[in-house]
Amino acid sequence: MLTTLTAVGIMMGLGLFFGIGLAVAHRFLHVEEDPRLDLVEENLPGSNCGACGEAGCRAFAESLVSGINAPSKCTVSDPDTIESIAAFLGVDAGAQEKQVARLYCAGGISQARQIAEYEGYASCRAAHLVGGGGKGCAWGCLGLADCMTACTFDAIHMNHDRLPVVHVDKCTACGDCVDACPRDLFECLPVSHKLIVQCRAPLEGDAARAVCQVTCDACGRCAQDAAPGLITMRNNLPVVDYAAGGPALPEATFRCPTGAIQWVEHGQFEHEDLPVALTGVHIE
Amino acid sequence: MTTTAVTSGGVVIQPASFRHGIHPDEHKERTEHLEVERLPFVSSYILPLSQHLGAPCRAVVTAGQSVTRGQMIAEPGGFVSPTLHSPVAGRVANVGSHRHPNGSMVQAIEIKADPFDDQTIHGPAGSTLKDWYDLSTDDFIARVQQSGLVGMGGAAFPTHVKYKLPDGKRCERLVINGCECEPYLTCDHRLMVEQPDAVVQGACMVATKLNADQVVIGVELNKLDAIVALEEACDRYRDQATQAGRPIAFDLAVMPLKVKYPQGAEKMLIKALFGEEVPAGKLPLDLNIVVNNVGSMAAISDYFLRSQPVIERLLTVSGSGVIRPANLLVPIGTPVREVLQHCGLRTDTRQVIMGGPMMGQPLASLDVPVLKGTSGLLAFTEREVVHSSEYACVRCGRCLEACGNFLNPSRLARLARVGRLDELNGVHIMDCVECGACTFTCPSGIPIVHLIRAAKSAIRARQAKERRNETKK
Repeated sequence: MLTTLTAVGIMMGLGLFFGIGLAVAHRFLHVEEDPRLDLVEENLPGSNCGACGEAGCRAFAESLVSGINAPSKCTVSDPDTIESIAAFLGVDAGAQEKQVARLYCAGGISQARQIAEYEGYASCRAAHLVGGGGKGCAWGCLGLADCMTACTFDAIHMNHDRLPVVHVDKCTACGDCVDACPRDLFECLPVSHKLIVQCRAPLEGDAARAVCQVTCDACGRCAQDAAPGLITMRNNLPVVDYAAGGPALPEATFRCPTGAIQWVEHGQFEHEDLPVALTGVHIE
Repeated sequence: MTTTAVTSGGVVIQPASFRHGIHPDEHKERTEHLEVERLPFVSSYILPLSQHLGAPCRAVVTAGQSVTRGQMIAEPGGFVSPTLHSPVAGRVANVGSHRHPNGSMVQAIEIKADPFDDQTIHGPAGSTLKDWYDLSTDDFIARVQQSGLVGMGGAAFPTHVKYKLPDGKRCERLVINGCECEPYLTCDHRLMVEQPDAVVQGACMVATKLNADQVVIGVELNKLDAIVALEEACDRYRDQATQAGRPIAFDLAVMPLKVKYPQGAEKMLIKALFGEEVPAGKLPLDLNIVVNNVGSMAAISDYFLRSQPVIERLLTVSGSGVIRPANLLVPIGTPVREVLQHCGLRTDTRQVIMGGPMMGQPLASLDVPVLKGTSGLLAFTEREVVHSSEYACVRCGRCLEACGNFLNPSRLARLARVGRLDELNGVHIMDCVECGACTFTCPSGIPIVHLIRAAKSAIRARQAKERRNETKK
């Protein structure tokens, strides 16, 4: 009996001791936090994607409250939420153009030449380490969906040609696919940038067409047909500089013999009429 | 611990080894008794400017230019970069991008052989090189860089970099790696049997120049003839040196080792030879040890005594996909297709691996060249190709018992699959030498080492990105 009482007594004593400790800590070690912080964080998506450049939604909320970032930096929230956060904090929402991840390759299994068969762990990065994964083009998409796995927002799906299709409305340009791709084929671009060069192979002429039907073979027609200065050929690939040249128009893509440069209104590879070679190039 | 004892010079020696490791089937019997033969010259050679670890070379020739055999065609692109020489007399056809065995496209020099040339080697002036004994250590290192030597065991790390010892470090012990623990490969074995003097000579040159106290040649017990040949060569060299009036100032020995994979990994070899462990994240140099392959030593001797830079190498062609397996002396840059066709490539070949079956690089194309680090070409038919289906990990722990670095491969693979890169760093993923013993031993067919390699590549990519961001700031 006495043993039980002693045990209960000790436990109560300990409880009381720590309880007092906590109460004292609460009273004297209290950190004053901006009450708006929790409210702002509640309105953020909570996906911790990092597209804003901060470590996560809490860190972004802190930067909003302290005025470092503008609410529009969050690419996941819809415009209404951003407006309401801006109104709540009494700041300007700022302007941020929607960005979307674009793929610099159109060489799916029906267009690009396969020189060997890769058998093994189904991941682009793993395949890339084994003799380049068996794809003839050393720069092209391997089609094993590392980007799809990396995407937090379910915005990437592989199409029948084993190319990743980015769902423009779901994509928040967080950049996870950019990091996941072992061949650096993704880049987040503003949606207004509609001239997309869907190739990264710095080859020209027959050497290029030997590996892929829809490669850029560096003919330079797009550079001639675009406004002066808009498109320059660098390292056998067209580079579109929206800041330097005149207006970007679909005309630049009309004479492309392989369909490597595309005028993308919405998403890439969305239509069934995928870029098909016009010149009758065929693969042995 | 050891079960076999060998007699060497009347002294009974217990063969040493490291802990853990595996015993794959050796498959060496098809080629280990075949004498080395020279591959005839072919019509064109491709020499990538990057055949080694470190900065790529810079081409010093242009298309259309005539070159002699042994002429320098590319200079080092930095300190961690060797020189590149033409393996054949002929004409430079092209300097442009070409497929590398690793699947990427790299800058390479293509040389068309001149069928009417007598293919004499025009190396550096021989008379100056013969006086290697009087060279200063720095001159010696510079000459090794000029010879174009990279680690011939397969890693292809420029050899002269190993000799440039940082302050406070000394090469007390020089280890010569003659383990050749990879199955199928026998080219180092044949080198040690046929040219033991070149190996010993090269090792003693390096040891003299680096002022080493001890030279140990580690050879596995499945190569008894090589052990005997090397011991005789050591005796000959000792006598010669004494007669020449400059007796060797270091201890020279051949050490037989128990047969086990991956004994050729330098950390395992050091453990086997000296019982010492190279700490995680450190290099053999931190224990004042320098490790070199036997092929590199023969190449050093060839350069200093015969004025022949690294323009050819020994490799083993084997596997069920070739009708006539061989140990070949092949000019660097020979297309793999030519080498395999020389040995009778079967049409039902399903897989070609450059290097050994455990750590080699499967090739996506046969139109890639033999590199300085290519120790073998293995062609496999359907019978030998592994199509493993994967099952769940059964926690048997065999991979832990196989790992010579005492890592937990199962845990690494699990974390690698889900891409938890920070945690992987915490469990020492970067200490993995990718020997593949874990995958070999896994009863569930989990591609452990492949997962680890992919994760290491992801970690390196992330580090590179962080560095880029740092420089932007």
